[in-house]
Amino acid sequence: MKTIDLSSATVRDLNQALHDQTKTLTEREWVVSNPGGKHNLAVGLNEALSVEIDGHAGYYCAGMNQKASVTIHGNVGVGVAENMMSGMVRIKGSASQAAGATAHGGLLVIEGDAGARCGISMKGVDIVVGGSIGHMSCFMGQAGRLVVCGDAGDALGDSLYETRIYVKGTVKSLGSDCMEKDMRPEHLEELAELLNRAGFDEDPASFKRYGSARQLYNFKVDNASAY
Amino acid sequence: MCGIVGLYLKNPALENQLGALFEPMLLAMTDRGPDSAGFAIYGDEVKDGWIKLTLQSTEAGYDFKVLMGELEGRLGCSLDWFQNASAAVLKTNAEEAAVRAVIAELAPAVRVMSVGQSIEILKGMGLPKEISERFSLAKMKGSHIIGHTRMATESAVTMEGSHPFSTGQDLCLVHNGSLSNHFRLRQELRRHGIEFETENDTEVAAGYLTWRLRQGDSLKEALDHSLEDLDGFFTFAIGTRDGFAVIRDPIACKPAILAETDDYVAMASEYQALSTLPGIDKAKVWEPEPATMYIWERSA
Repeated sequence: MKTIDLSSATVRDLNQALHDQTKTLTEREWVVSNPGGKHNLAVGLNEALSVEIDGHAGYYCAGMNQKASVTIHGNVGVGVAENMMSGMVRIKGSASQAAGATAHGGLLVIEGDAGARCGISMKGVDIVVGGSIGHMSCFMGQAGRLVVCGDAGDALGDSLYETRIYVKGTVKSLGSDCMEKDMRPEHLEELAELLNRAGFDEDPASFKRYGSARQLYNFKVDNASAY
Repeated sequence: MCGIVGLYLKNPALENQLGALFEPMLLAMTDRGPDSAGFAIYGDEVKDGWIKLTLQSTEAGYDFKVLMGELEGRLGCSLDWFQNASAAVLKTNAEEAAVRAVIAELAPAVRVMSVGQSIEILKGMGLPKEISERFSLAKMKGSHIIGHTRMATESAVTMEGSHPFSTGQDLCLVHNGSLSNHFRLRQELRRHGIEFETENDTEVAAGYLTWRLRQGDSLKEALDHSLEDLDGFFTFAIGTRDGFAVIRDPIACKPAILAETDDYVAMASEYQALSTLPGIDKAKVWEPEPATMYIWERSA
């Protein structure tokens, strides 16, 4: 296990050391101490590393992650795990807005709350939030699953494509073209699997499912006068 | 962009360290705003019947001595003043309007940054480090302080266009974001008698709050109205004589983070500005909700 202390090393030192592992793998386990809310920690990883960040991180933490498992023992700023392709990112605290934005794959677990626009334009990632999420979450979500054990803010799933959303608590309001849907056995099964992978002991039957009403897929000629 | 920071002390024992605790917060926001910086500090209160004004001149190296002599002579008032780098802090038992009239007549290049019993607004162009060193921020004492680092988008980089903006006695505003209806709103506010010195959008927000407060709104009511009438992106921090308030627009694109311990309440655009505060590891840290007002004030 190797420790990088950000009270002396720079963010570039850290990311370079982690990227070097893609060329020659010498160390799988990394600890980042004194992160101090710095931005761009552990971004662009492309190797099956385990990175533990020991404190709060700033913007875009673990962005563009591939294969690596990154755990943040604190809160994170805007855009955690943005554009993640694979691997896993776990936040022990809460996340600011745009968590998992545009992410294509992997698993993002937020044990606390997530702010506005969680999973905006998500394209295949699975996101499991232990707390609540803010407004405009899953806006233009295209693929993947979003699981929320708490409540959802305004305009959930606005302009949704095919992301499946599971919420246990209340939804303040649904966005355009998002609707509640039946929970069929296959949904209970996939939700149980996601909760299990995220490490949450929740009853899948206590969740509701939301998805696209598919009314915005095609242009309606009756609306032409609006343009 | 722009960075905003605020620190309100719940524990009076820390008041001697306010500037020293706050300086690293302001400097941590240099990346968000390297054009200019400023802060409004509350402390060193004058007694009832007196006011304190912070003045700066648009002329470099302006000598305030002559102006102070004229003010004393013409207004027949008691007057006490000191210079802090490019600013002068004036304490007097004269009326605000009378002081302003003399300054406008004799020293048109002198700008009144702030008026009140407690507030001092100090700001200028340059890196936050230059501003904090110029005004010896680290040595300052007080009960609370809000600050701003500017990356200009809507108007020119000038001393007058720097934040904080005064919004009335002991009131000021710092802003991260941009307003899109400031031009029309400025015209409207001018009709209500609000004066503007710059083309800056935040000055319009400050003028708007000044106008609402003159109309009899409480601070909370004025901020509620601002959510309806200001179009654009904003996180505001508002300094008052007794504390500070934070509000974000309903879309909440512009960041803000709050932290509270038994000793203080702090706010910043980013957590890294809070990371140097004592006890931050154990602080309650959270993101303010959109369109929700957060106010901390000490009870009188």
